Amino acid sequence: MDVRKKLEILADAAKYDASCASSGGKRKSTPGGLGSVEGMGICHSYTPDGRCVSLLKILLTNFCIYDCQYCINRISSDTPRARFTPEEVVRLTLDFYKRNYIEGLFLSSGVLKSPDYTMEQLVQVARTLREQHQFQGYIHLKAVPGASQELIDQAGTYADRLSANIELPTDADLSKLAPEKSFAVTGETMREIHVRVEQSKAERQESPKAPRFAPAGQSTQMLVGATPTPDAVILDTAHQLYTRYRLKRVYYSAYSPIPLVDARLPAKAPPLVREHRLYQADWLLRFYGFHVGELLPPEQPDLSLDMDPKLAWALRRREAFPVDVNRAPREMLLRVPGLGVRTVDRLLRIRKWHKLTLEDLARLRVPLNRVKPFIVTADHRPTALLDSPRLPERVRPSAEQLSLFSTAVVARTGEL
Amino acid sequence: MDVGQDLGSFRSVARGLLARGVPPEQVLFEEARRRQASLLETESVADVAPGPSLSVPSAFLELAERVACHRSPERWALLYRVLWRLTHGERRLLEVVSDADVYRLTSLEKAVQRDAHKMKAFVRFRRVEREGQEHFVAWHRPDHLIVPYVAPFFARRFPSMRWSILTPDACVHWDLERLTFGEGVPRSEAPEGDALEELWSAYYVSTFNPARLNVRAMRAEMPKKHWATLPEARLIPELVRKAPERTASMVAPRLEPSEASRFLPASRELPALAAAARGCRACPLHERASQTVFGEGPAPAEVMLVGEQPGDTEDREGRPFLGPAGQLLDEVLERVGLRREALYVTNAVKHFGWTGEEKQRLHAKPGRREVLACKAWLEAEVAAVRPRMIVCLGATAAQAFLGPGFRINLSRGQVFETPWAKAWMATFHPSALLRMPDERSRAEARAHFEEDLRRVVDTLRALPA
Ligand code: SF4
Ligand code: SF4
Repeated sequence: MDVRKKLEILADAAKYDASCASSGGKRKSTPGGLGSVEGMGICHSYTPDGRCVSLLKILLTNFCIYDCQYCINRISSDTPRARFTPEEVVRLTLDFYKRNYIEGLFLSSGVLKSPDYTMEQLVQVARTLREQHQFQGYIHLKAVPGASQELIDQAGTYADRLSANIELPTDADLSKLAPEKSFAVTGETMREIHVRVEQSKAERQESPKAPRFAPAGQSTQMLVGATPTPDAVILDTAHQLYTRYRLKRVYYSAYSPIPLVDARLPAKAPPLVREHRLYQADWLLRFYGFHVGELLPPEQPDLSLDMDPKLAWALRRREAFPVDVNRAPREMLLRVPGLGVRTVDRLLRIRKWHKLTLEDLARLRVPLNRVKPFIVTADHRPTALLDSPRLPERVRPSAEQLSLFSTAVVARTGEL
Repeated sequence: MDVGQDLGSFRSVARGLLARGVPPEQVLFEEARRRQASLLETESVADVAPGPSLSVPSAFLELAERVACHRSPERWALLYRVLWRLTHGERRLLEVVSDADVYRLTSLEKAVQRDAHKMKAFVRFRRVEREGQEHFVAWHRPDHLIVPYVAPFFARRFPSMRWSILTPDACVHWDLERLTFGEGVPRSEAPEGDALEELWSAYYVSTFNPARLNVRAMRAEMPKKHWATLPEARLIPELVRKAPERTASMVAPRLEPSEASRFLPASRELPALAAAARGCRACPLHERASQTVFGEGPAPAEVMLVGEQPGDTEDREGRPFLGPAGQLLDEVLERVGLRREALYVTNAVKHFGWTGEEKQRLHAKPGRREVLACKAWLEAEVAAVRPRMIVCLGATAAQAFLGPGFRINLSRGQVFETPWAKAWMATFHPSALLRMPDERSRAEARAHFEEDLRRVVDTLRALPA
């Protein structure tokens, strides 16, 4: 099989993985080398699904000994199979990189023979790129859950980011659809990565020459909508992963129907709105000081699909408003629907020198219609609106689809 | 005052003006036509301060460096005005980002940064051999005068390659040691292709997930003006056109034949079909409905309209699209100049499904199962009517053709080629318009609906007979 055919099969098989961003970390170029990593990743292209192409995202192989029901590569699937040699992946990466098509490589794989055997192959690709070709571009390797500590150690010295995928939000979901997988094994791999990342950070404090370990940290991916598990459980799992292993990102991937699928899985359009709401909620948890319980009280375990989670929270907690933008502390401003982190920080800076008015907010591109009922400025105080039963209609973005079009943007910036 | 197109020249002019205490209202900046490459002659940013007594915040110098790359001629006057205010009692001015001048300045800066970012992303090198050496050449069209500003990035990223970036305003070359700049050139100077482009295109096609088609989001991030220099952009129209079909085959329950096919009559003329459908028992819906509501209209017909399912009124009268939704449809059809009598109008499901009491029958949306069961009728109608265009009203109708992966709000109003008709489009169901809660969204959706039906007329005109 020629490289082109393999590329078609193995890129196609990787397209269900949402975690392809290339941000974080730094890698200086070397004189005889190729490539650099400069903080924010660059999206080199976009496909008609609105998602960016920043990395060569492929599988080393889609042969797999496991039988995860949601996955097209499972052993029982009759999908066409292919396998790259490590050299072929190295060549493709370098060739694409030199033409400025990509920021680097995101290499994942089906499980061949055993986790260790597979991990060893992934590591070999990264090692060849770094050592033989002085490649300084971005490398994201999938850490195969259950691979030995030694291989994880090697992977982290070559890769910018490692990710072990949690796949589904609960152990029960896993045992139903991915019988060979468990939280315990994946968690152990995450823990190993976490320990090494922390170690290397500490060592570099002592001596900046100490080797780096996955400088862009670790991330994971979770499938949404393949099982009926509610959002509260999904976010709880995410929250635990963030705190336990200091993950950089949890990626939520709406389950896209795959060909000839198991009857237990929904043959439905991917729940993109739900995926979008989860990204929003995730952002609120990490950067806005919200807790899972606030966003999802027990009687409402799923996020509202027709309004964003911050707005939904504010409407439940009307007594907390209005908030005076010239006086309120940062934490409170962050809770105003329509004010994002960046805007809030700018407001805090401006208000030291100047009393904020609606005009200031308009210049900062704050959606005034949404925000006005919740705030007080030098020239504005909301009327009885907050008590009005029609408030939700007033502040909700007019048609849901409008906000859907900006899904891709919000998933990255999370500004609400 | 004459300034060049570069920061260095502005700086010396501004320094002189400030030293003589000339307020901004008295200066008119005129830009001399000079080449972008002259930016190279600027001294380092560090000595930009206009004099020991008049120190300027370093944030201003960085801002000025970027704003100077903007093409707008107003930038010099603006920079001078802000410089003046900074040195005349408003030292913290830059922190007031909502100030009109500062705001304008930062919008210019943002435009430059966005353009620089797009250049880093969308430059595509092509490999050529020159005197036996490998050389990478790119053609790019930035909006602003950013070549010297962005060039160091490429030098850091590709230190071991000889490369050149050509633009209409300026060129930059890297010879493994140094950046050199030259004048702009036309596109014809750039090489035509690269052997790798075919592989890259193959990757691009495979990494796209048609189940998530969202053309608007793509366009927002990758403006069309850059497509000309992106080899993969040539593939976009075809990918978009084929997406619904590919999604359908991704999710098509290929193994499930439509239950109704066993009720199909031998003759596939419309009257025979309609008669046979009266006896269809392929799904439980016939049990509670009073009669089959088959499609109506001429055969052949140019356009076939497909709704979801007959409602209460239709069930009593036995004809499609009569109730409030039908009235709304008639109204809009008339406005866009389509005659209902010339269309073939039908539903994805032929029996009314309802819940509740006989006195108050509540419409129940058909499930995937009923839609599939009924699909044989729909396909027989398509075969008999041979429409040039199929217009689906609402998600259920669209999904009857393209499977549950199809999403109205992402793909509404776009025209696709499908195995059923040369042109195929989905838009809102009129009853969805009637159901919208607030007036604003109702008006908006109604406008979209009308716009989509107008597109039907335009598409028909453009279709080869
Ligand atoms: S182990 Fe990974 S590749 Fe293999 S079936 Fe499971 S999810 Fe798919
Ligand atoms: S709804 Fe369609 S498939 Fe079901 S009984 Fe009626 S005609 Fe037959």
